[in-house]
Amino acid sequence: MIRISIPDTAKAGEILDIKAMIQHPMETGYRRNGKGQVIPRDIITSFECTYGGVIVFKAGFQPGIAANPFLSFCLRAAQSGPIEFKWTDQRGETWSETRELTVS
Amino acid sequence: MRLAGALALACLTACGQADDAYAKQSGLAPEDLKSGYDFLQAETQALQDDDFANPGFLWVDKGDALFHASEGAPSCASCHDGTDQDLTRAAAHYPKVDDLSGRLVNLEGRINLCRERHQDLPSLEYESEALLGLTAYVASLARGEPMSVDVSGDAEKYYEAGRDYFFLRKGQFNLACSQCHNDNWGKNLRGDTISQGHGTAFPGYRLEWQDFGSLHRRLRDCDAGIRAEPLPYGSDTYTAVELYLAKRAEGLPMESPGVRR
Repeated sequence: MIRISIPDTAKAGEILDIKAMIQHPMETGYRRNGKGQVIPRDIITSFECTYGGVIVFKAGFQPGIAANPFLSFCLRAAQSGPIEFKWTDQRGETWSETRELTVS
Repeated sequence: MRLAGALALACLTACGQADDAYAKQSGLAPEDLKSGYDFLQAETQALQDDDFANPGFLWVDKGDALFHASEGAPSCASCHDGTDQDLTRAAAHYPKVDDLSGRLVNLEGRINLCRERHQDLPSLEYESEALLGLTAYVASLARGEPMSVDVSGDAEKYYEAGRDYFFLRKGQFNLACSQCHNDNWGKNLRGDTISQGHGTAFPGYRLEWQDFGSLHRRLRDCDAGIRAEPLPYGSDTYTAVELYLAKRAEGLPMESPGVRR
């Protein structure tokens, strides 16, 4: 599951609050299960947000990040275009979601 | 004034007497009732208050999608949206005795009965992502609704069984639920403040779990904490405890999806 909070429309120059959350266990690799076996590491390693194809926000994740990571950042509305949110895990698997922003 | 009113009511109806008896059994005076929310630190409260930051909504969203999807059978929504079978506020009145089988069912149990009886679908495994999602969604529809369960008639024996479990000393520490949550709430237990042990936030997100879970998962943790053997998910005893806790928390608002430490 992915949750994204972003307005559909904005005025040029307006500063937008953007929030994004993805459901992911962010398993650290340091924990053991009930039988004493190590639970293998399973984390998201990077997040990218592109606006009209240009990277506007990027984050690298480490095992210390909590499960279901929640990111909040700001963006200045310039022109109408797609905003893509993309998460990549340690195996290279990706999840993404795109929202259209209309700037007037 | 309040006492006089209560007395007058008690004289008028047997129901009033019964309510007094339940308040006495709960070990908590009605004016002392405090949600687990009140025992959280400000940051955790903020997490629950913000519907975006609250991770529980990942499960609510998932449940919303499942509720409106038809997997080879009519969707839940086809019966429950915009009809007299509307589920708004329903969750605040569970667990409840199922009329057909005469057994006590909680929200999870009701969802599975509904799947078997009306949708011809297999029941979902307890604590599976799908059942957690559906329960989270249905519970979220009752957010803010005061807890109110029926413990009369067929439900009475379940209420009593739940109450007995709550007061039963068990495990290697030989502790009863009541010893922490009635006798010592508000005091410190290592780094935490002991809550009154209400289940109003569940199904909910626990930071300790880094995950979303049912009230039965929470009860299993409590039992493990006092070094008693946790009962299986969906066990009749835990469902009876759920009923007792719901009656004990009567009047507190439903908070699911809540956030707890």
